[in-house]
Amino acid sequence: MKALNNFTKGIIKENPVLVLVLGTCPTLATSTSIINALGMGTAATVVLVFSNMVISALRKVIPDKVRIPCYIVLIAGLVTMVQMLVKAFAPALDEALGIYLPLIVVNCIILGRAEMFASKNKILASAIDGFGMGVGFTFALFLMASVREIFGSGTFAGYPLPVLSNHHISILTMAPGGFLVFGLLIAAVNRFSKHKPKKNDFGCDNCPQAEACGKLKEEAAKK
Amino acid sequence: MTKFIIILLSAVFINNYVLSRFLGICPFLGVSKKLDSATGMSLAVIFVMLMATAVTFPIQKYLLDPNDLGYLQTIVFILVIAALVQLVEIVLKKYIPSLHKSLGVYLPLITTNCAVLGVTILNIDEGYNFAEAMVNALGSGLGFFLAMVMFSGVRSTIEGNDIPESFKGLPVTLIAAAITSLSFMGFGGVIENLFGGV
Repeated sequence: MKALNNFTKGIIKENPVLVLVLGTCPTLATSTSIINALGMGTAATVVLVFSNMVISALRKVIPDKVRIPCYIVLIAGLVTMVQMLVKAFAPALDEALGIYLPLIVVNCIILGRAEMFASKNKILASAIDGFGMGVGFTFALFLMASVREIFGSGTFAGYPLPVLSNHHISILTMAPGGFLVFGLLIAAVNRFSKHKPKKNDFGCDNCPQAEACGKLKEEAAKK
Repeated sequence: MTKFIIILLSAVFINNYVLSRFLGICPFLGVSKKLDSATGMSLAVIFVMLMATAVTFPIQKYLLDPNDLGYLQTIVFILVIAALVQLVEIVLKKYIPSLHKSLGVYLPLITTNCAVLGVTILNIDEGYNFAEAMVNALGSGLGFFLAMVMFSGVRSTIEGNDIPESFKGLPVTLIAAAITSLSFMGFGGVIENLFGGV
């Protein structure tokens, strides 16, 4: 039961993109088409599952003081592997994702899960948590990409749709459309979820690295 | 010379890191509330981008490429940037405390800022030489600065408005970002017309 909970919390209650608002850069950049979004989601999920497993396995070995650099090295290694696999087996996807593939390294979701979950839990639980978060990330990307692709270019995963393909709003596939659709989606989530939108829902207060980077402490000291 | 100007202007206006490439969104949304923190953050980003390019570019050209180690790019770059930021912070703290006071808070935040890693990787991907890479880094930093400062102005105007309950906080900020980004699309084509389609 607990395992199931670990899995589902990432998809709905603690969706990394729509609720925790992490990993905004790849969300905005790769959601122009459904295929790209699914490719990005899958790549990030693979990295997330394995990084959570490795970090959980090493949680007693890694000294507390240098844990963040250790996590980054481990994650960077995994991202490089994924990058090489994508280059070898899906060169078209590699071309489409471009710079955002290596940038999975600095995706807040991955480091955030390492810090918040994998460093405190057993290997299996961490893997399930990583998988759930990855699926949640992919789901959010898919949702955004669907809106942007269906209304922006009138196609669904590359197949033209009737009517819409003649009347598409191409601004949605461009940069401003990304911000707009993301804003509307989060507003919709706020509307339908029970919890009231907190004032500091985003920004440094919610960043998983905040504790490590010391900005919060400085702000607290000011107060 | 024209080439440098083209690289600089297109990095600032057309391929703006935040508004058209979606890199560095976290600080863009998180630190843009007040003008002074937005300025401090962007100055730190410009500084780190230039330093990171100056260090990673030779590493790629003289260490990774000749030894056929191109696949280590991601790992090496992120480590170099992280170490560099720490080093810069220590040096600033010791020797230029006034600068550390204004930029220091933002330095550790930048380690995992995707704009910084992005600019170093893009410089290699675009096949720039060292001078062009430095100009591109400067332009990208200035573009980030411009977007941050403009957006902090937009946000201070939003603060006092009456916003629907579910749009409060992040959603309205994102929609404001969409409009700011729309204004930057107006620059498209300017460079081609200025320099005769180079």
